[in-house]
This record gives sequence, structure tokens and C-alpha cells, in this order.
Amino acid sequence: MARLLEVKDLTTHFFTQDGVVKAVDGISYHVDEGEVLGIVGESGCGKSVSALSIMRLVASPPGRTIRGEVIFDGEDILKLDDSEMRRIRGNRIAMVFQEPMTSLNPVLTIGRQLTETLELHQGMNKTQARDRAAELLRLVGISDSERRLKDYPHQFSGGMRQRVMIAMALSCNPRLIIADEPTTALDVTIQAQILELMQELAREFGTAMVIITHNLGVVARYASRVVVMYAGKIIETGSAQDIYHNSKHPYTLGLLGSVPRLDAVEREKLEAIEGLPPDLIDLPPGCSFAPRCRFAYERCSQETPVLERVGDGHESACWRSSELTELARAAG
Amino acid sequence: MAEAASKDGGEALLEVRNLKMHFPVTSGIIFQRKIADIKAVDGVSFTIKKGETLGLVGESGCGKTTTGRCILQLYKPTSGDIIFDGQELTSLSGSAMRAMRRQMQVIFQDPYGSLNPRMTCGDIVGEPLTVHKLTANKGEHRDRVTELLQVVGLNPYMADRYPHEFSGGQRQRIGIARALAVNPSFIVCDEPVSALDVSIQAQVINLLEELQDQFGLTYLFIAHDLSVVRHISDRVAVMYLGHIVEVADRIELYDNPLHPYTKALLSAVPIPDPVVEAKRERIILTGDVPSPMNPPEGCVFHTRCPIMIEDCKLWMPELREVSTDHWVACIRVDGYGEPGF
Repeated sequence: MARLLEVKDLTTHFFTQDGVVKAVDGISYHVDEGEVLGIVGESGCGKSVSALSIMRLVASPPGRTIRGEVIFDGEDILKLDDSEMRRIRGNRIAMVFQEPMTSLNPVLTIGRQLTETLELHQGMNKTQARDRAAELLRLVGISDSERRLKDYPHQFSGGMRQRVMIAMALSCNPRLIIADEPTTALDVTIQAQILELMQELAREFGTAMVIITHNLGVVARYASRVVVMYAGKIIETGSAQDIYHNSKHPYTLGLLGSVPRLDAVEREKLEAIEGLPPDLIDLPPGCSFAPRCRFAYERCSQETPVLERVGDGHESACWRSSELTELARAAG
Repeated sequence: MAEAASKDGGEALLEVRNLKMHFPVTSGIIFQRKIADIKAVDGVSFTIKKGETLGLVGESGCGKTTTGRCILQLYKPTSGDIIFDGQELTSLSGSAMRAMRRQMQVIFQDPYGSLNPRMTCGDIVGEPLTVHKLTANKGEHRDRVTELLQVVGLNPYMADRYPHEFSGGQRQRIGIARALAVNPSFIVCDEPVSALDVSIQAQVINLLEELQDQFGLTYLFIAHDLSVVRHISDRVAVMYLGHIVEVADRIELYDNPLHPYTKALLSAVPIPDPVVEAKRERIILTGDVPSPMNPPEGCVFHTRCPIMIEDCKLWMPELREVSTDHWVACIRVDGYGEPGF
């Protein structure tokens, strides 16, 4: 499959009074046409900032993307000027945000918010845009769509608002949708509705998707490849199969051990990761995960590991990745 | 229905019978008229045995938190009985209820909103000791606070810090220490880990399990995350729109769910394993949860139910025991309405 997006050494720092927050620190990954990539990590690991950096939506100051390239469809979009970037944002790369409650404008009707992008990017006139907007609402499963175009966001439930967000993202037939925690604020039965809908639509239109989430289950269900982030860096990447069944990074193993599984037969004690994630202003020397790692040895607190190939399309940033499977088995 | 779900002869610590909590909706500024009721909890019954954990699971607005607060008498229930350790709580006076609260404590969801930002960690944990006059002098008070902090895995030197100096997981530990201060026998855990990150969530779940073993605690564990509830609970009750629709042992509920809502809920929870996920059958419910102000006639779930028949619109089925300790509120479980029934 052809490369659609290639992120190379992307680095976004926030320059604050307390110091430099290294929110995204040299990450590289790619998305192929039509594929679903999952980015997982806990709060503060830089997963959202990395998405905002690609869309060039990081508030500046204090944030600045200081290094890296984002090659989308052959051109580096970090080098584009603002008006060129506006033609890509929302048009060829669309974003679905986490909070359906706050990412819609409360004083504009749903119809106005949907037609705005259509008129701007697709050059439609008012009538065309309204017809297309109604069609989009129908597509995401909102009935009585003509009438609902006149409604305001507060007249929709959380799940409905997220459907509107998806309709908005789809409106210009983008090549790539970046969904940042698209279902975190929703109930689980509604989460299932929304994710199934997104997957169905992405398949239908051949849209590639990046799903950013902290939910390991969501990634397992929908993503074919997975990127795991910790403290601003990618620490492991591979196929879903590799990450869930043959992980070569202690943090990934720790995350998988931390979540209770619905299908667990015996009640086993959860293998919690001890300690707290590090302060992004004052990162520990060497590997950022070393202070919490069960398998850390001397080298880990001195040298920072880089992503290295551990299998076909599978990379891990850990000094002990080759012996990890045995170490984990020995530790139980 | 009152004995719904009391298990093989164990001694019941808490019994809830036909609990209803209706909140009035009023209109008008000076002369307020009641125009409707929000039926947050509408006839809920269950029993919790000593030392057991009952999980209460459901989506937002299903009444699970309201049920927990009614048990603690933080809300005055509209009707129903709450019998704790042989005492009927709804008729207790204010002072008698305050004394009773030594036995029953709560851990709240929001580790940011539930701690007073102007009090130090030590003051927060020590306050219940002062209120219930549990320590004789300052030295004893300090020792007890130190002990409590250690029990929940915090360093005693942290007693002088303020809540904003702690992370979410640590704050939740402070909330747990405060609940433990009065040596309760029963704790309502209201979404205690929902606001926490995955790795921290596991730490707090493990702590709650250890404390249960150590102090013989009984929990009512309220959460929307079915995987977490199933992990920590002995039995699980599933709520939908103010009603309990199914109660079963944690294993039975997963292996043999009977209520169509439970089935949909189970299938909607993704399992962190791509191989298992690829094989799972999905039941996707349509539509949203109806408003509790205007719940549907008949079975509250019929508007979203994939196996609804005309009779479902007529009445809300009661919980009945279909196999040992497995209770379900659905008329269709044993083939009712199918040809040849």
C-alpha cells in the first residue's frame, strides 16, 4: 500500500515559565492509504499533541514544533504557509476531537457548522451545501436530517454530537481522519455505535484513520497497526498482533497487565506499574521508563534507548528487548 | 424480590428493598410547581453479604450513583427500605444516622473535587477522627493519621502537603484513607478509578482488594466499566434507567448473560486482544438511553431491545430467579413470545 502520511522526527516543545515541556520528542511513524493506525498511551504521553502538531494546531506560544517533517501525499506540510495549510486542514486531513460537548460552536446551528466547510473547501453554493449536509447527517445515522440541521448542539445528545463531528470530518472526503479519543466521553454502548460507524465509513470511502486513545481494547478491535507512546516518545510500534501477543517493551507489557480483561476466567491480581509517569520538564536520564521498570539495569538510567527492529515491522526502544520475553516469564 | 440475590445463607450486611428516588422537576420562579419527576431509581432491591463485593454497573444516568447515595442517606429516598446490619436507615434521626456513618463510608469518583483544597492531606484524613471523637489526644491522633497513610501506601511525611501537590492516584489514596479512618465495615466505592490512567487504576484496584482482605470490608462497587467491575466483584448487578435488569455471580454473568441489555453491554466492551476481538460477535444497540423524566411505558429497555415483542410495552418485568442466584428482569428469557411457547 502507498504511504499516505509519514511523520519524521517530529518534535514539539512547550516553552513555559517552569521550563521546557518536551511533549513530543522526536517521533516517527507512517500511515498507509486506507489503514487504521492506533496510537496508545496514558495522559500526558504526547499522543494528542502529536496529532495537533500534524494539523499545525498547537497554540504558539507556548508550543512550537521545533524539528521534524510531516510528509502528507508527498509534500512536507510543516513547510506550507497558512493559506496552503488551510486548504489541507479539514479538507484532506480531518480531525475528530475528544469532547463532543465543547468542540462544536454552541451559538451556530449544526447546519451552519456543516455547510461552512463545504462552502469553503468545496466551493458549493448555499443550496448545494445544505443538501450535502443533510445527506451527511443521514450517513452518520441521524434521522429527520433536514429538520435537525436547524438545531443547535445543545439539542443533541453526546453520541449524536459525536456523529455530527464525524459527519463534519467526512464532509470533504478526506484522505485521512485523525480521531483523538473519539469515544472517551461516551457510554460504552454508544462508543460501540460510533466506532463501528467510523470503521464502516472509512472502509466505504477508503479513508485512512489514526485513532488516538488510552483504551487498549478499542485499539485491539479496530487498529491493524499500533504505536505505543510514553513520555513524549514512541517506545514500541508493530502490528496489533505483535504488540498484544509478542510485546518487546516492558511498558507495553505493564499496560496490558494493568487492565482487567472482561473475559478473564480466574480473578488474578492486576500487575500494576509502580510509580508515576515522569515530569515532562524534568525527564530522568536514560530511558524515561527506567524508574518504573521491573527489568531496568544500569545502562537504562544512563543511555536513552532508540527504536530498534525486533521483528518484521516491529520496533521497540528498550535495551533489553531481546531478552524481555524470558525476563517476563521468569518474573511470572 | 426482596431477597433478590442473597447468596447461599451468608449473613446479609445490607438489604435494599424496593428503593425509589424521584427528583422533582419544578417550574416557576417564586411559586414553584412540580411539573414532573425524574425517576432516577425506580424500585431497586438487592442484598450484600458481609465481606462481599457487589458490583453495580450501568451507563451514565442509569441511577447507580443515586442508589449509592440513597444507601448512605445523602439523599432521602422517595420510598423503600434500606436495612443495614439489622437497622432500618430511612427512619433514623439525624444524630443516629451520623453515628451510623461510622459503619458506612464512601469513596468518590473525582479525586480533584472530593478533597478540600485548603486542608492538608493529614487534616483531611484526620477529620473523621475528630468528628467521631475517636482519638483521645493529639499524639494519638497523629499516630493514627500516620498509620492510615501507610496503610494506603502514602508516605507519612506527605501529611503536611495540600491536595494539589498530589497526583490523581495519590489523591484517590487520600480519599481511601479518609474512608478507612473510622474503621467502617461497609464502603460505597463510587467510580473510584474512572478518572485515573490505566497503570494507576490497577494500583488503586489492587489496594482496594488488599484492604478488603486486611479489614474484612464489604463493598458496593459502582462503575461504568464492566471489565473493572467484573474483576473486583463477587456478584454484579446491571442497571438500566433506574432498574436492576440482571444480577448474577461474576462468572455466570459473563458466561451466561440472559438480559438483552447485559448481552449488548458485554459485547460492547472491547477486549484488549486482537485475536479474541476478531472472533467476537457484536450486538450494537441503536439509539440513546431515554430520559428518566419520561421513561418508556412497560419495560424500560424495550425502545432499544433487539428482541422486543408487543408484550414488552405493557409492563416492567420484575426480577426473578431463573437459576440459582441468577436474577433477571425480562419476560423473554425462557422463550416467551416465541412460536410454540
